[in-house]
Amino acid sequence: MKAKILIGRIGLDGHDRGLRTVAKALTEAGFDVVYSGLYQSPEEFVNKAIEEKIDAIGISCLTGAHNVVFRKIIDLMNEKGIGNIPVFGGGTIPEEDVEGLKKIGVREVFLPGATLEEIVDFVKGLVKE
Amino acid sequence: MVDKKSLDKIKEKKKEWETTTLGESIKNTPEKKNRFTNLSQKVIERIYTSLEGDTDYLNDLGFPGEYPYTRGIYPTMYRAHPWTMREFAGFGTAEETNERLKYLLKQGQMGLSIAFDLPTLLGRDSDDPLSEGEVGRCGVAIDTLVDMETLFRDIPLDKVTTSMTINAPASVLFAMYIALAENQGIDPVKLEGTIQNDILKEYIAQNEWIYPPESSLRLITDTIVYSARHIPKWHPVSISGYHIREAGSTAIQELAFTLYDGLTYVEEVIKAGLDIDEFAPRLSFFFNSHNDFFEEIAKFRAARRIWAREIKKRYNPGDPHSMALRFHTQTAGCTLTAQQPLNNIIRVTIQALAGVLGGTQSLHTDSLDETLALPSEKAVRIALRTQQIIAEESGVTNTIDPLGGSYYIESLTNEMEKGAQEYFKKLDDLGGMVSAIEKSFPQDEIRNASYTYQKEIDNNERIIVGVNKFTTKEEPIETLKIEPEIEKKQVEKLQAFKKNRDNNRLNKALEELKKTAESGKSVMPMIIKAVKLYATVGDVCNAMKEVFGEYKEPGTI
Repeated sequence: MKAKILIGRIGLDGHDRGLRTVAKALTEAGFDVVYSGLYQSPEEFVNKAIEEKIDAIGISCLTGAHNVVFRKIIDLMNEKGIGNIPVFGGGTIPEEDVEGLKKIGVREVFLPGATLEEIVDFVKGLVKE
Repeated sequence: MVDKKSLDKIKEKKKEWETTTLGESIKNTPEKKNRFTNLSQKVIERIYTSLEGDTDYLNDLGFPGEYPYTRGIYPTMYRAHPWTMREFAGFGTAEETNERLKYLLKQGQMGLSIAFDLPTLLGRDSDDPLSEGEVGRCGVAIDTLVDMETLFRDIPLDKVTTSMTINAPASVLFAMYIALAENQGIDPVKLEGTIQNDILKEYIAQNEWIYPPESSLRLITDTIVYSARHIPKWHPVSISGYHIREAGSTAIQELAFTLYDGLTYVEEVIKAGLDIDEFAPRLSFFFNSHNDFFEEIAKFRAARRIWAREIKKRYNPGDPHSMALRFHTQTAGCTLTAQQPLNNIIRVTIQALAGVLGGTQSLHTDSLDETLALPSEKAVRIALRTQQIIAEESGVTNTIDPLGGSYYIESLTNEMEKGAQEYFKKLDDLGGMVSAIEKSFPQDEIRNASYTYQKEIDNNERIIVGVNKFTTKEEPIETLKIEPEIEKKQVEKLQAFKKNRDNNRLNKALEELKKTAESGKSVMPMIIKAVKLYATVGDVCNAMKEVFGEYKEPGTI
C-alpha cells in the first residue's frame, strides 16, 4: 500500500505555492497525498491525520509563526495519542530556529532553496523506518 | 510599417546571413543551448528584425497620453510625473508601524503603503483563536478605529496618499480611513489613495477570502460606487496580478487573468447603474516585475494597449481617461533568495528598472532581507535608495518609452497581447471568471506553471545564482524580530477596549448593517457608522458573514 502523507498547515497562513508544489512532487513519487486545505484549526488538522490514518505529516509556515504552529500541532498529536507519526516542515524559517523546532520533535526543516528531490528523498526514508 | 518589398529583401538577406556568417560562427562556437526560452516558455529568437517586430505605428503604438496608450498614459511621463515611491510597510502594533511610516517619509518616500497582519487581512480580531501567533507578524495589527488613529499619528491625511493592501475586509478599513479623516477635521472628499479590494485574485492565488464570490463582488461594487460619489480622488480597487505571479504564474497568465478580473469588475459596476466614465478613470492595476527584463517591459506595454482596446470595444467611453491603464509595480518577492541575500539588491534593481521602462505610476522595491523576515530599517532604506538612484542618476527618465520601436520589445508586446487574448477566449468559454474559479481553471494553470518552474530550477535548467550555481556559505544577516509580547499587548488592549465601548449602540448598528446587507442596498454608510462606534474589523466581518456565508475552496490538490 502507498504511504499516506498529510500536507498542510494550520491558522491564518494562505501561502499555498510551496505546499502544492511539494504535494505534487510527492504524488509523482508515488505517495498518497492528502491536502489539509487552508485555515484549519489545530484540532481539525490533527483529526484529519487520525481519520485518514496518515503515515507522515508535512507542515509549511511562511508567516514567522512557526514556533507557535509546530508546537501546537505536536502537543495536540501527543495528547491524542498519535505522537509517533513523524512531522517534517518547511517555509521561511530562520536557520537559528531550526534547532528549537527539532528539539520539540520536528524531524526535518526545509529552508528556502531546498529542492523537491531532497524533500522526496527525505520522506521516502521517513516512511521506510 | 515597412513595405512588402523591403521586408522581402530583409528576409532574403537574413537567409544569406544564416548560411554564411552565422553558419560559420556556430560551427566554430556552438550556442550554449538548443532552445532559448523566456519565463513564459516562449522560444526567443536569435535576433529580431522588422520581420518579427514590425508595427503599425499609429494603430499599435500612437503617442503617449493617447489611445491605445502603449507608450504611456501621460503625454510627458516621468519628465513631469515621477512615479510615486511607495514602500509597503507594516509590522507589530500601530505604534511601531507609525514610527516606520514617519521614517520612510523622512527618507524621501512620496506615498504610504500599509501592510496589515494576517488576522486583519482575514477579517479577524487579534483575540480570535485562529489569530494566535500571527498578530503583528506579517503586517500591522489593526482592530479598531483607535488603532488607525495611532497608525496615522502626526500624518495629516490630506497631505499624503495612502495605499492599503486589504481585500476581503477592504470596505471596513476604507470606512475607518474615512472616519479617521473626519476625526482629523478633514473633508473625506479630499482623500487620495487606494484600497486593493481585488477579491477575484484572492480566489485565484492569494487565498485571503472570507465570503463567497457573488457577495464579495457586490461588496466591491458598493465600495466603487461609494467612492465614485463621495471620494472622487480615491482608487477603490487595485486589480492585482502581483499575487498571481507570486503564486507561480507566467507573465502571460498574470497579464490575462488580471485584465480579465478588471473587465469583470467593470461589468458588475455597469450593472449597478454607473456610467463607464463615472468610475473607470479611477480603476488602477498592480503588476509584478519578475526576472525576465524584456518580457516584463513588454507585459506592461501590452497591458495598457489591451485594456484601452477592450474598454473602447465594449463601452466606447466619452472620457479617454476611462481607457488609460495606470498601475503600481512591485519587484518579485518570490525571486529573492535566502542565500547570499545581498545579491537581492541587484535583482531588485533590474526588476525595478523594468517597471520604470514599462511606464509604471508607482513602485515598491523589495528589501534584500524579505525572504527571511519583514524588512529591517537599513534594508528598506537601500530599497528606497535603489529607486532614487534610478530616478535621479540613470537618465532613463529623460525620454518616454525608450524601448519603443525595438524589434524585440515590439514583437514581445504583440505576443503578450496575443497570449492574453487566447486566455480571454478560454475564460469566456468557461462562463466568465467566477465560473472559471469554481472550476479551478486559473488556479490549475498557475500551479502547473509553478511546478514547471521549480522543476527547472531543481534540474539546473534555470540558474538562480547562489542557489543552484555559484553557491558559498555566508554569515546570516541581521533581521527584524517581532517580539511575542507584541501580540499579548495588542490582545490585552483590545479586550479591555471591548468592555469600555458603548456595546448597546454598537450592537444596534451591527443589526442594522446585517439588514442592509440582506436588502441589497449599499453597506458602506452602515459600515462607516459601525466603525465610528468602535466596531472591530472582526465585528463587522462576522456580522456580514452571517448574511453572506463563507467561501470554501474547490478541489484538493
